[in-house]
Amino acid sequence: MGKVFAFHGGIHPPENKKQSTRTPIRDMPLPKVLYIPLQQHIGIAASPVVNIGDRVLKGQMIAEPVGRISAALHAPTSGIIRSIGPHPVPHASGLDSDCICIETDGKEEWVEHHGLEDYTRLEPGTLIEHIRQCGVAGMGGAGFPTDVKLHLGDNHIVNTLVINAAECEPYITADDMMMRERADEILGGIKVISHLLKPSHIMIGIEDNKPQAIHALEAALKGCELNIDIRVVPTKYPSGGERQLIKLLTGIEVPSGRIPADIGIVCQNIGTTAAIYRAVHFGEPLISRVVTVTGDAVAQPQNLNVLIGTPFADLLDASGVYENKLYRLVMGGPMMGVTVEHDQIPVIKTTNCIIAASTDEMPPAPPEQPCIRCGMCEQVCPAELLPQQLYWFAKGREFDKAKNHNLFDCIECGACAYVCPSSIPLVQYYRFAKSEIRTEETEQRKADHARERFEARQARLEREQAEKEARRKARAEEAARAQQARKTASETPVAETGSAAAVTAAPVDVKALKTAAAVARTKLKKARTALKNAEDKGLDGIDTLRITVTTLEQKADAADQAYKDAEASTVPEQAAAPAVDLKTLKQQVSIMRTKIKKAETALAELDGEARAQAEQDLSTLRQRHEEADKAFKAAEQAQIDAAAAQGVDLKKLKIDAAMARAAVTKLERSLAKTEEDEARAALEAELAIARAKADTLNNTLKQHEPA
Amino acid sequence: MTTVITAILILFGLAVVFGIILGYASIRFRVEGNPIVDQIDSILPQTQCGQCGYPGCRPYAEAIANGDAINKCPPGGQSTIEALADLLDVEAIPLDAEHGEEQVRTVAFIREDECIGCTKCIQACPVDAILGAAKQMHTVITDECTGCDLCVEPCPVDCIDMIPIETTIANWKWPSPTDTTRLIATDLGRGQEQQQEAH
Repeated sequence: MGKVFAFHGGIHPPENKKQSTRTPIRDMPLPKVLYIPLQQHIGIAASPVVNIGDRVLKGQMIAEPVGRISAALHAPTSGIIRSIGPHPVPHASGLDSDCICIETDGKEEWVEHHGLEDYTRLEPGTLIEHIRQCGVAGMGGAGFPTDVKLHLGDNHIVNTLVINAAECEPYITADDMMMRERADEILGGIKVISHLLKPSHIMIGIEDNKPQAIHALEAALKGCELNIDIRVVPTKYPSGGERQLIKLLTGIEVPSGRIPADIGIVCQNIGTTAAIYRAVHFGEPLISRVVTVTGDAVAQPQNLNVLIGTPFADLLDASGVYENKLYRLVMGGPMMGVTVEHDQIPVIKTTNCIIAASTDEMPPAPPEQPCIRCGMCEQVCPAELLPQQLYWFAKGREFDKAKNHNLFDCIECGACAYVCPSSIPLVQYYRFAKSEIRTEETEQRKADHARERFEARQARLEREQAEKEARRKARAEEAARAQQARKTASETPVAETGSAAAVTAAPVDVKALKTAAAVARTKLKKARTALKNAEDKGLDGIDTLRITVTTLEQKADAADQAYKDAEASTVPEQAAAPAVDLKTLKQQVSIMRTKIKKAETALAELDGEARAQAEQDLSTLRQRHEEADKAFKAAEQAQIDAAAAQGVDLKKLKIDAAMARAAVTKLERSLAKTEEDEARAALEAELAIARAKADTLNNTLKQHEPA
Repeated sequence: MTTVITAILILFGLAVVFGIILGYASIRFRVEGNPIVDQIDSILPQTQCGQCGYPGCRPYAEAIANGDAINKCPPGGQSTIEALADLLDVEAIPLDAEHGEEQVRTVAFIREDECIGCTKCIQACPVDAILGAAKQMHTVITDECTGCDLCVEPCPVDCIDMIPIETTIANWKWPSPTDTTRLIATDLGRGQEQQQEAH
């Protein structure tokens, strides 16, 4: 037996371990339903690979690991998948989380499985992958996937393997009973780990309150070729903490914020080693574990071999719970465990103990009193922190200071709260502060990420703008050059342009004629005015003027006639020309509408005769508007029909219809908001139009939609 | 007399030497931009929602550095105001209701059946958290969404909802053991009353 060091602080609470070690580990009767939470540890939840209604066999994988820190889940027995969804899970929050629910069929039919023949000849990677596929996870505390820890040998030099058999927390005896009854399995698991990590030294740390377990281990170790030391440590809570046990066994302290592997040490729980043994030698995944069921409110405190996913209620039934004595149900030990409200919460890979406590055993916490700065918490802190200082910071929400006082080195063992004479729930303050800091950090990370994305987007938009600008410039230059070229071309007229001019001559003609007719009319008008002037004033040369006017009259008539003829000949052409320009029509309609509006406003101001005149004008306008509108609608319909004939762009129609519907909704909303009568009337009119449009579109859509 | 002149000369010489050193340092170790803007920007929640009246968090950070009020950020809420007050050494003031109220954090959700693929929300999103193409269904990348709700307004078919973030075991927080900040003994009365209510 080697030297044992000491760690700072620690306490000696009543052990209460004897109650549950009187009988050997008993197999639980098969429960009716099992709930297997998809997330049983930090990291990423497993992803289900079965569907509701599937029949699964014992040991069949039901959820596969996603990413590096994730563990596979297996069916603990044969049965039918009933549901995959929220169910209460063992978590301090008391919230529901996704669970796979299996209705057992009682046949215990195993899936085909076999162990590895000779693991020593396998590649370490293959062996670790096998352990990963078997879903082995740390069974001591955090449920950290074991394969990740076994990979530590890749980039760390591991010289010491520590097997944690201390089990320091009161009441819990699961590991103790495992060692008494399954020492061979534990040893087999240690051999596998030692093959993978190749440590020079293996130490089993065990508290001196488990003499039978120590004897069992010693017996198993006889004739073992490995260099294994059993180090018996004095019973003191929390010697089973990873860092505390390492300090006890090696005298080395794991630096703050680092992991044991950084100083060449890997720590494994004995339950995990047994699981590794079963996975490697029999190919059995981790589907059951030993759970201590104890407390004053159960008739028979004992250790049960329980399938993962068994609800707490079944465990309590199997141990004979006194419902009237049961005051609270604690998951885990009395120091670090949490009280749970729901007895349908299932056992998971890390559930080592359930305490059904009576009121006398675990009375309600006395009210919190002010801190008297006695310093007892500092005396017992195994992490050598300043608990009362952390308490002030957590309470005053000075989280930065708490962090600087190494809050995150706190292992939440509860020793400080246990000794506190003012019964301050210190650990709860630390947990609160830790989760506040973590949330803040997550939010900060998210904010930084958002900033990055925002800036990247901003840069992209600027770049696009610059590119657009450059393209526009290039186009402008191109146009200028083209203009220049045209100018040069027009300065040196070529013969070819003559024919082109002839082609364009006809339409130009009409225009020219129109201008000519207008000019002639103007001249005539001027001449007439002059004549009238002259007549009035009795000037000379009236005759000449008269003759001029007559000639001009003739000329104007001729020009007018010519223009009308020319126009008549071109009209049919125009009618045949590209059907109806929808856009122009629409514009006309809207112009008309504006005119009507203006006229209406003007009308409101006028009265008397002018009013009558204006009203008449308005009615004409309205008529014209209606006509234009009709023409527009007809044209639109014609276009839609035409489009239909060519095979309508269904998607476009759909979008149009949706937009029209949205427009209707928006209008309806604004209508509901508006109170003024006039505005309401206008809105109603618009709404009617929008509705009509939406209907038309909907109808068209229905017509064209494939049946 | 000579001692006086020597003293003056020595002091003058020292002044020249230190002047040169300081002048060089001010050029050599010059800080680009205004570092306080970066610090303010890192406190702001980066939702880029524009509720403060500036087009994004950084412009608001610049405005604060130039003396604007620190209480115009509803997504950040009181905690951001306190952090800003701490940084700038000014009084923490309550949130200006004119710019909105502090609300639970939300993420945008597109009802995909109703989406017509108009890309308007994509253009509105300040952090490119909406994925999609013209005439194709769009969807929100929940992890990237800041909950600014700038995408809700431009949607022509109103198919975007702002959904409050659900509390799951992944983002659940330990509650505070007491709600009071009862740090000194004279606060005792207040704390006890509240404790009794709790029990």
